Amino acid sequence: VKQETNETALLKGLARSEKKAIETIYKENYNMVHSLVLNNNGTPDDAKDVFQEAMIVLYEKTRSGNFELNCLIKTYLYSICRRLWLKRLQQLNRYSNQVESLEETVPVEEELEKHERIDSDFVVMEKSINSLGEPCKSLIEAYYLKKQNMQDIADNFGYTNADNAKTQKYKCMMRLKKLFFSQYKNGNGS
Amino acid sequence: MSDIQMIEAVEKYILGEMNPDERLYFEQLRKTNPEVDQLVVEHTLFLQQINRFGEWKNFKSTLHETHTDLSEKNQINSDKLQGKAKVVYLWNRYKRVASIAAIIAGVTTLSVVAITNLLLPKADNDQVTQIKREFRDLKKDNQSFSKKLSDVEKSIPKIQPGTPITGGTGFMIDAKGYLITNAHVVKNGKSILVEDNKGEQFVAEIVKLDAAKDIAILKINDKDFKPLNAIPYTIKKSSTDVAEPIFTLGFPRNDIVYSEGYLSAKTGFNGDTLSCQLGIAVNPGNSGGPVFNKKGEVIGILSTKEKQAEGVAFAIQSKYIHLAIDELKKDTAYRNLKTSSYSSIGNLERAEQFKRIQDYVYLIKNY
Repeated sequence: VKQETNETALLKGLARSEKKAIETIYKENYNMVHSLVLNNNGTPDDAKDVFQEAMIVLYEKTRSGNFELNCLIKTYLYSICRRLWLKRLQQLNRYSNQVESLEETVPVEEELEKHERIDSDFVVMEKSINSLGEPCKSLIEAYYLKKQNMQDIADNFGYTNADNAKTQKYKCMMRLKKLFFSQYKNGNGS
Repeated sequence: MSDIQMIEAVEKYILGEMNPDERLYFEQLRKTNPEVDQLVVEHTLFLQQINRFGEWKNFKSTLHETHTDLSEKNQINSDKLQGKAKVVYLWNRYKRVASIAAIIAGVTTLSVVAITNLLLPKADNDQVTQIKREFRDLKKDNQSFSKKLSDVEKSIPKIQPGTPITGGTGFMIDAKGYLITNAHVVKNGKSILVEDNKGEQFVAEIVKLDAAKDIAILKINDKDFKPLNAIPYTIKKSSTDVAEPIFTLGFPRNDIVYSEGYLSAKTGFNGDTLSCQLGIAVNPGNSGGPVFNKKGEVIGILSTKEKQAEGVAFAIQSKYIHLAIDELKKDTAYRNLKTSSYSSIGNLERAEQFKRIQDYVYLIKNY
């Protein structure tokens, strides 16, 4: 029972992206994935990439409303990493023999598919923001991503007052929306 | 109201920053004006996306920081391998290369020793003349041999120097000379020869290579090639039932070999949705061969086998053949590619099916 409550607490912390929870999960599971990847033709950098992607999958899962983890965090992360690494090996054509599996695994296909969909939305957003150009890019990042208030933004960007900055921000946002939706609809409509 | 004022109002409304009066007025506007309503829906989605994107970015950078942090404090395995671990890692990674290099080195040393012994005999006049004569004879032999060789070459004009780097099986998808096989069969080669069941060789080129799906489409590009009769099998679009009997034809050696088995799972290795699992005994060289169901429909391309269990193999599902063909047909040069839509061997005995199919299965050599 104690382990269960511990795990639940960790996952709740992760959902709020608390540094302590992230660190604990990282510490307890990273080495397992590190040896999985290194024993199967990978480099330490590969291990880091795979593990961090799995952490994002878990993070997304904890944030979706009907969240329920039916196994230990360890098993879940291991299953995701194993699947991701197999896919990567296959893409690189390094896939020769079976990836060793001593740990218990759970099926994760569906969740990875969902993750890929969300991921592609993010890629569209990132591309759109990057193609905005300056000062729009920084302005959008300051307001929507770093959540700075309008007065600070006006000071930092050298606008005479917050209202000017606000107008500029709305102009940028409308361009971004146009860019985003043109690709978002294309990508999802077909 | 200008666009900017409008969007400002919409954003205020979504974030709940309006006072009750404004809110009431705005809701009324939303009800009566579908354009405003659409704007609200669209903007809600946009705000949601950009917020989640922000969280995602922040989370990623937290992960990155955590990694650097923990690895500096030595609480997780470090990115840089040290001492014994590094040796083990490098050894695992390069042991094949190392052993090949060792073999080459060994062979070179031995042949140098042998040649030195041959070419540096003790100076002896008698022996020198003897060698000279022999050399003349040898030269004569050599000339007649090279004449014979050129005769042989004329009769087999397309022989390639050296030995193939990889080989496998492929099969016709269009009788005009389009073959399909695994990408891993034809990768990294300079030229490709395909050989039919009668031993005739043709030059072929890759027209599509999808390494991720492990599918390659080849086109025979050879004046000696005559289009075949209509292909007797079709490529199945839907999936096949588990436990259905299946068979394959391939070239694990220079003669065509038939093997049979059954479909054991709808997914491949570790639940891979690209492929399916077969219970069939196959050998290297079967790669790229067609997998047929009992009706003589292609249900997949044989691609890999499990190393740790005999008789377990994996095939790429046939729907990905269709996908690959459809992609290729987007190129106008290949628009006329057409697969057979009807299997004419459905009701035949297996031996008869084999006879009809064998002419459409090719040995693929990658030089």
